[in-house]
Formats: sequence, C-alpha cells, structure tokens
Amino acid sequence: MHRHRRHIAAMTQNTAFETWLRPDASGLHCIPGGFHIDPHGAVERAIITHGHSDHARPGHGAVLATAETAEIMRIRLGIEAAGHFQALAYGQSLKVGGVTVTLMPSGHILGAAQIVIDHDGQRAVVSGDYKRRADPTCAAFEVVPCDLFVTEATFGLPVFRHEPDSVEMAKLLASLAAFPERSHMIGVYGLGKCQRLIALLRAAGYAEAIWLHGALRSMTDYYVSRGIVLGDVRPASEAPDGLAGKIVLCPPSALGDRWSRRFAEPIASFASGWMRIRGRARQRGIELPLIISDHADWPELLHTIAETGAGEIWVTHGREEALVHAALGMGLKARALALVGREDDAE
Amino acid sequence: MKAFALLLDRLVYTPSRLGKLRLLQNYFRATPDPDRGYGLAALSDGLPLTFPLRRLLTELSASRFDPELFRLSRDYVGDTAETVSLIWPNSGAPGEAPRLAEIVERLRSTPAKDYAGLLAEWLDGLDVNQRWALLKFLGGAVRAGVSARLAKIAVAEAFGHQVEEIEELWHGLSPPYLPLFAWLEGQAGPPPKSAAPVFRPLMLAHPLEEEDWDGLDPHQFAIEWKWDGIRVQLSGKGGTVRLFSRSGDDISATFPDFLEGLAIDAVLDGELLVMRQATVAPFADLQQRLNRKTVSRTTMASYPVHVRLYDALEIAGEDLRGLTLSERRQRLEEWHRRAQPRATDLSEMLGPVAKEELRAVWASTRHAGIEGLMLKRLDSPYLAGRPKGYWYKWKRSALIADCVLMYAQRGAGKRSSFYSDFTFGVWTEKDGKDVVVPVGKAYSGFTDSEMRDLDRFVRENTVERYGPVRAVAPKLVLEVAFDAIMPSARHKSGLAMRFPRIARIRWDKPVVEADRLENLQKLAVA
Repeated sequence: MHRHRRHIAAMTQNTAFETWLRPDASGLHCIPGGFHIDPHGAVERAIITHGHSDHARPGHGAVLATAETAEIMRIRLGIEAAGHFQALAYGQSLKVGGVTVTLMPSGHILGAAQIVIDHDGQRAVVSGDYKRRADPTCAAFEVVPCDLFVTEATFGLPVFRHEPDSVEMAKLLASLAAFPERSHMIGVYGLGKCQRLIALLRAAGYAEAIWLHGALRSMTDYYVSRGIVLGDVRPASEAPDGLAGKIVLCPPSALGDRWSRRFAEPIASFASGWMRIRGRARQRGIELPLIISDHADWPELLHTIAETGAGEIWVTHGREEALVHAALGMGLKARALALVGREDDAE
Repeated sequence: MKAFALLLDRLVYTPSRLGKLRLLQNYFRATPDPDRGYGLAALSDGLPLTFPLRRLLTELSASRFDPELFRLSRDYVGDTAETVSLIWPNSGAPGEAPRLAEIVERLRSTPAKDYAGLLAEWLDGLDVNQRWALLKFLGGAVRAGVSARLAKIAVAEAFGHQVEEIEELWHGLSPPYLPLFAWLEGQAGPPPKSAAPVFRPLMLAHPLEEEDWDGLDPHQFAIEWKWDGIRVQLSGKGGTVRLFSRSGDDISATFPDFLEGLAIDAVLDGELLVMRQATVAPFADLQQRLNRKTVSRTTMASYPVHVRLYDALEIAGEDLRGLTLSERRQRLEEWHRRAQPRATDLSEMLGPVAKEELRAVWASTRHAGIEGLMLKRLDSPYLAGRPKGYWYKWKRSALIADCVLMYAQRGAGKRSSFYSDFTFGVWTEKDGKDVVVPVGKAYSGFTDSEMRDLDRFVRENTVERYGPVRAVAPKLVLEVAFDAIMPSARHKSGLAMRFPRIARIRWDKPVVEADRLENLQKLAVA
C-alpha cells in the first residue's frame, strides 16, 4: 500500500495550487487566506466544513462556518469550541485575507458546506464530506465548477454502491413485522445519521414513537429546533417496557452493551455505508445491516469529480489510492493528501 | 436461486442456532424439489460440481474490471466472490433468477469452454445478494455459519424426524435427495439401503456425576481406558472401506495410509490414534493428521495412525445394535481374531474391579497419561445419540492453577453485553521484575451471577482498550481447572492449556500469591 502511495505522490508533486493551498502539520492550509480547513490541531483561524468531531475540533482562535455548524460546535464542544465564531450563509461570499471564500451545501448533514476558495483567477473547492442523494434533513449538494476539487473518499472503492434508502427502510419495516417480539436497536451516529434515519422512517410511513438513547438527544433537539420534522421521538430511558417490536436508536458503541440489556431481545442493527461489506457487519455482531450512508458512494464520487470540471483532484481521506487511480484514468491530475486526524469509520 | 439467496443472506446475519434452524426448516418446507435438494447439498457436503470458479472469476475480473481497482477492492473486502458480487454492474432490470436446479442442469449441458459466458450471463441477471449466493453455490460447500450437521438436523426436524435417521441414510444418498424428501413428506417409504458403506449414528457417553457414582455397581459395567484420540467409525461393505468422524463426515481422504489394503465387512466403533511401536502418541501428534485434504508421505510416515476398536454395530451385514454390549464385544473379539485387520487392535477391558479399587484406578490415569475411564453398562444396546443411564465418561481429575485475570472480551449472543471471555496468566520474572504472562483463555465454569460480578469487575478495572479487548489491572485471581498444559510456540508464555475453565473466582486471594510460570512448566507434557 505504501509503495503505491509514494509512487503516486512522486508523480504529481508540486502542482501550481500548492503555492497557495497545501497540507501542513495542522491540516489543509490556505496561505494567502491565513486559515486552515478542518484542522486537526488548534489554529489561529479555521474554516469548518461541518460539525462531526473529526472535522470540527475545539480550541481554534476564530472559526468561520455556516450558522448551523457553528451552533452544533457550541452545543457539542461548549465553551472550548472556539474563541470567536463568524457565520456565513450558503452562497454568500466573504473576503478572507487574499482570497474569497464561499460556502456551498455539501448534502452531508445539517449545516455541512463545501468551501469554495477563489484566488488569483483560480478556484479550489474543498468538499468536506458529501453525498449526492436526497436527504430530508439538510440542503442538497450543489456542484461548483472549479479548477481544483479536493474530495473525500470514505467509500472510494468500486465495491461501494449504496442501496436506495427506500430499499433499506423496507428491509427494516419487514424485520419489525417479522419479529414483533424483539426490540430493534439501531446504531447511528448522533449527528446527522440519527435524524436522517428518523426522517426516512417517517417518509416510509412509520408513525410510531421512536426511542432515543440519551446521547442522541441534544442533536435531535437541535434539528427539531431548526424546523426539521421528526414526529414522535422519546427518550428510551422513559420506555414503559422492553420496547418489543419498536425502534430504539443508540450510538453504535451502545449496541450489545450493558445499556441494551433492558430491552426485549434486541436485534442489533447498524445504519452505515460500511454495512455493504458482510465481514464488517458480522465483526460487529450486526443482525440487521442497513446500508444508509451520509457519504458519496463510488459512482457518486466519480460523477461529482466529472461534474466539477476540475483538472486536478486531491483526495483527502478514505480509500485515496483507488480514487486517485480512477481520476488519473479520467485524464486528470490527482494526488492523495493523507491528512492527519481523519477517522476512517466516522459515518 | 431467489429463495436460496434470501436464506443465505439471513443465515449469515443470524447468530442464534435456533434462529438458523428456523430459517433452514422454513426453506426446506417451502422450496420445491429438486431445488431444495441442491440447497441441502450446498449447505452440507457441497455440490458434486467440477466448476473452476476461482479461475473463472480471475479471468472474468481481468477482462471486465480495472485490475488495480479490482485488486484494491479484493484486498479491502477480503473475499473474491463477495468482491465480484459487489463490483459487478447492476443491469437495469434483473430478470427472473434461475432456479438452483436450472443452474445445475445448465452446468451439466454446457461445455467447459463456455462456462465463463454462462457465469457472466447469470451475474448480469441477478441482484447483488443473488450474485453473492450464486458464487457461494458454485464454489462448492457454502459455509454460512451452518455446519453440515445443522443442515441435516433442520431437514429432519422440518418434517418431524430425528437427525440420526438422516445420518443413517445419508451416505447412500446423493443430491438432489428426491427419495429422502419423498420419505420425509410421507409420500414414500424410506430410501433403499445403500450398497456402499454407510455411517451409523454413534452412541455417546455422559460425564459421570457424583450422583451417578453413588448408585453405580461396577460389576454391571465394562470398564475401559478413555483414549485421547478422536472417535471414528470404520465402515466397510462390498469391498470399500470408509472412515467417518463422530458427526458422520467422511474423513477417508485424510487417512489413505490407514485404509489402504484394509478389507472388512463390518461397521465398527473405535478411537483413531497415532501409534508408534504399540505406544499411543500424545494428542498433539494426532493433530498433525487432522483436517487435511491431502497428506504427504512424510506426514504419514511420521504420524502413523491406528484404530483401537471398542464396539461393533454390524458384522457381515448383520445389525448387532440390538444385542447387549457383552454380546457385541464377544462378536467383535471373534471377528477380530478371524479377520486380523492391520493397524487395529481391541481396547482393553479392565477386569472386574471392586468399587473401592475403581476410584484408585481412575486416580492413576493422569500419571499413566490416559484421559480417564469409560464405564459402559454390559447390558446396553447400541443406541444412537446420548441416551441416559448407559455409558459414562469419567475424565481424569483436572489440574488446577491460580491465575491472574489479564484481558476480557465480550461474549456472543446472550452474552454480548457481558465481558465473559477471559484471558489469564501467571507470574514470571523478566528483567528483574515480576510480570504476568498469558497462559490460557476461558469462557465457562462460572454461574450467571458470577458472570455479572466478573463483568462489573472488568469494567471497573479496565486499564486499556484494544478494540474489543479490555486490559484489566492485575488484581483478581482465577482458579483455573484444565485437562493438560502443553508447550506452545504461539503463546508468549510458551505454554497453552487444554480445556481450561474457571473453577473458582478467588476474590479473597492476594494476586501476588497466584502461580508462577515455573510451576506450570513442570506440569507441561511434551
């Protein structure tokens, strides 16, 4: 693996964009703008694509982000979130040092943005995390034509083709009908996946109460406060019984742990793009894998790259090798950035 | 194919044995002949196909996919069949999936040179789960967390029969098992007896409990040594001899040296051992011979196998299972004297022993390197399964060591929320300091309430986590009972325990008083 990475890097080093945008020890650094994007360590000035903890870290001096991302950071990180926040709405531009910054929706979670940087007639777009399919809980991804597209690659292998959400919801509802004596415990990440799953269930016609682990409540309350309709959602701690035949959402770490003992013969489920791979589901002891992802799958990654019209592609995190290989095959310049501090599994 | 794909997909994700049985039973009841028979074959002995799946997948992948992307995908997924099923493009409108019988039929009628085209045609018409199931089906034996025996149990129970009835017939049948299903559904009599050697379900023993001992009169029992090998059935008929494992798997191919030139017309029960100059070698030697598809001449020469016989189920076509053990034993001895088959002998019967002496004989087994005693009622017929009150195994007393709890992992199924798999170690000196090195792993021996206490202890004393494993502060002594301890290159301590279980939790014992590695090394058998 390392052999290949060095090979690719050697082939494509020192591109023109590197004079003003390049990775350093803290993350992706925009030199004329004087800021980092989603830096790993605390920096003076940061632009944050979205509120997930491997992108939004605490302790920066000043943070520029959408109002939603800023609020999510305040709720999750509290007083240490940042010295100062500045909110920027989707589509609005702001001069930052020697560059112009615009935030555009990335379709990942509520508030998630692509960072558009215009500098000296060149345009770079940093995708953050993104997906292309419809999500009732956040604004849809917008393609921004650019010269350099910095993309994620969480599911950057051709084996990842997420099922349509409706297929996965039908699977879940069929299981509820087949096992009315068992509670259905679904592992979800607390920010984004949890609320999207609830919204998808509602869209599939499921009107019953959905029960939440305590760790999922604050973000769900925040989504509701932003006008996202999630219906009857209740704390699992107030459940009258073992919730047989009902849906309980919890952080993945609570699946099969002590917390689950109070529920009726839980069926362990997990909503994640990783569930495409049988071994990953079995490793976690998942009985009902749901392939619901907030990241682009392989076809989405490829057609997004093509749609941006970018001549150069940088791949930040995930399975960079395969996506770099595919972009080179499309006749583009491409390289892997290998940024520090990204969590492979955070979805 | 559709029903089979759904079944495999569900089986893979269903952890409980009962859940799997339910899925299998529904499949065998609901699926028509001959498809269900091919499904059964795939889940048990494998289909009798010679389909070069691996080579075809390599060829197809090379012609259809970017080799670099395929390689990266294969490395990530870890399984070629699954990778192909995932990476294969979805056709716009998958057609009606072919039935298993159609698949088998078309393979028979298609020349080998056209296999690749056929496989591609099938893959094009299926969805992702069906593609995966097809490739598992064509790959031979499907291992979807289901053993061949579980599949047979499901078939039997789906139609209100016992698995032993199926096992008895099994080796005379072949896919798609039409006579078997017709009989199970009550539409025909039992399938005709086979002209080839067949497996007869074994009679198994219960562990001897204290209350069994109290009422036991040794004079009513045959007393034998309990040999430390594997239980086998030697079955010969019409010039062919087969060797079966205790669950009815045909393991003949693993022991060609033993079967060569052996001509018997009988079904015999015995113990497979490695023997050199009439001396039984340790179990570790036998392990060199087990689970091999092919076996080299050197291995055969270094680990010569032998069967020590203790019972006869059938001799010269006569079913002896209704006779008493004394009668069967007599027939076995007569037969063996007459036939003098090579590489076999008879398990010694210990003469009449008074009850007081018997305990002393048992106590001597560990010293003699024997696994314990077998006590079998002299008047017992040969009954399939594990009937109560006839046969007892009396294992030699366990060895005991006081060990320190080191790591814990959560269990499976009902135990998935409990830290209930434990790794423990003993003290040794390293660079002038005492450290604990692991010697074994156990997940049994404690009660449910003790399990809850241990779970709490682990959570309160975790010092580090490595994925699912928690390292625990060295504070708790576990009294571990084990059958033997052997040198092992794989463990840091250089030792590995056989059959360890937690005998007692020593909440009271200071951890410094746990055993030392040097003591265990003295117990180790080479």
